[in-house]
Amino acid sequence: MTIEIAQMTRSFGKTAVLRGIDLTVADGELVALLGPSGSGKTTLLKIIAGLDWPDAGRLTVDGADWLKLDPQDRRIGFVFQNYALFPHMTVRDNIAFGLTVRPKGQRPGRAEIRRRVDELLGFLQIGALGDRHPAQLSGGQRQRVALGRALAIEPTVLLLDEPFGALDAAVRRDLRQWLRGVHDATGTTTIFVTHDQEEAFELADRVVVMDQGRIVQTGDAATIHDSPATPFVADFMGASIQLPVTVQGGRLAAPGLDAGHLPARLPDGPARLFVRPEDLTPVPDPGGPWTVASVSNTGAHLRLVLSDAAGTEIPADLRRRSPRAAQIAPGMRVNLRPEHASVFPAETA
Amino acid sequence: MSLTSAPAVRARAVLPGFRLTLGTTVLYLSIIVLIPIIALVLTGAGIGPARLWAIITAPRTLASLRITITAAAVATIINAAYGLLMAWVLVRYRFPGRRLLDALMDIPFALPTAVAGLSLTALYSANGWFGSVLEPLGLQVVYTLGGIVLAMSFTSIPFVVRAVQPVLEELDPALEQAAASLGSRGFTTFRRVIFPAIMPAWLGGVTTSFARSLGEFGAVVFIAGNLPFKTEIASLLAYIRLEEYDYEGAAAIALVLMVLALVLLFVSNMVQLRAARHGAVTA
Repeated sequence: MTIEIAQMTRSFGKTAVLRGIDLTVADGELVALLGPSGSGKTTLLKIIAGLDWPDAGRLTVDGADWLKLDPQDRRIGFVFQNYALFPHMTVRDNIAFGLTVRPKGQRPGRAEIRRRVDELLGFLQIGALGDRHPAQLSGGQRQRVALGRALAIEPTVLLLDEPFGALDAAVRRDLRQWLRGVHDATGTTTIFVTHDQEEAFELADRVVVMDQGRIVQTGDAATIHDSPATPFVADFMGASIQLPVTVQGGRLAAPGLDAGHLPARLPDGPARLFVRPEDLTPVPDPGGPWTVASVSNTGAHLRLVLSDAAGTEIPADLRRRSPRAAQIAPGMRVNLRPEHASVFPAETA
Repeated sequence: MSLTSAPAVRARAVLPGFRLTLGTTVLYLSIIVLIPIIALVLTGAGIGPARLWAIITAPRTLASLRITITAAAVATIINAAYGLLMAWVLVRYRFPGRRLLDALMDIPFALPTAVAGLSLTALYSANGWFGSVLEPLGLQVVYTLGGIVLAMSFTSIPFVVRAVQPVLEELDPALEQAAASLGSRGFTTFRRVIFPAIMPAWLGGVTTSFARSLGEFGAVVFIAGNLPFKTEIASLLAYIRLEEYDYEGAAAIALVLMVLALVLLFVSNMVQLRAARHGAVTA
């Protein structure tokens, strides 16, 4: 199923939640909507499901206008953030729900429903849990049941709202791999919402980054990680250090900054450099403007805090066993060499 | 060194005053609730089974019990349906006057039952607002079973509303959204998802409503007319027996009412407990 969204807007009272969304999701694609809370990603997901309605815009799926359809007629598999399993039903009844509520003519027979549920229980590797109630399950098991309930109706589109948000780190990684496997096996067009970039990159074919109701960048992991389209994306992808620089003839310059090797495709003038702490190498130089204020050991890395005369403090991460790390000591003066960074025009405020 | 030589440490409660607070509450509960109930049971036991049976199966007692139970059952059925609807309206919709309506639901609790009985009688009597319309149509309310039902349902209606309301409010909207995305519509969603979730609370409210109706006195005696074998309720008969210095008669009838209410409460709690075990929301 190909999903096409055009010029979609949605406000809650005076708050604009979606400010013009254009997005196409190809048949069989696995797409992540990535953004901080309040970026509008869950609202977009709910609109696709028919659980919320836009103020304006179009939503077509394989050419059909879905804004004319009730949620019941869209055949959406929706996995809720807290799973929303029916507490009074067994796992088996939860999974069968979508089949048992069909109108008489379209409802499969009892034996058929039982067979389909058994098949799903096996597929989801929760075969032994069929007669339990949701309260008797762990978070990861509930997640699987929620997915099973959604898959039982053979959905046209699978939508997942923060599917791993409530799980601990180990279960999360495990389920991520498993969900990828489920997608590859079913081939269902899938969209999931997350605020975790690692999760988005690891799982999705394509990541859609949202901020304040807009799509700010779309692409694969490498593109978004290495070439963020906006300062927001750079910051959100971990380039949390901002340094003021000057662009002159296509080169970057700032006191104490060794950035001549970085490309700067900007007109001359002030600019901002976005760097990740792990991409920032301190180079010892007695005349350097930055001082190593503190060094702490996190095992794999040395975490440095560097400060300048104006009191600005920035973090830098060095691999503890790298030759560079051996040279660093607290109190030392250094220059900064960003190994990789993004440059954006200075804010015109 | 063996571990046993370590000095024993006495665990100390973090929150002080457990004994004092529990002691006070249990003592008070005993004086105000348990001892009267035990006294009633003992009095009943003192009567002896044969005499007890004779009192209960006396035609007038049986008639009053039948009237009481019938009226309480009808009143409870009305409250069960109306209370559920009222809770739904109060929780699910936002409209001007909602808070006022919500506050009105407490009136039957706050109003002296005698006042309720008097006003209902005035309204439904032959020259009252409602009575003047209904009686020419052949519908007499005062001095009939209908009047008893009316008075009982008036005084016990908040039980169902107040039991269902908080549970309905806490119900996760995602449950209904999940049902919708799975193809379930309106009443199917109510029947299969919402009602099972609020059922324990609703049942609790219905049971207390019924128990209260069984014992309702003040409101009923005004509107019932209190004709033996026709509109005389059990609690009134117990009162009459007491007036006649027939303590045994009064105690026997009271005992029957109490056993009925307790059995009902027990069954209702069992059902709620069973539902709660599966994670449904309880009041």
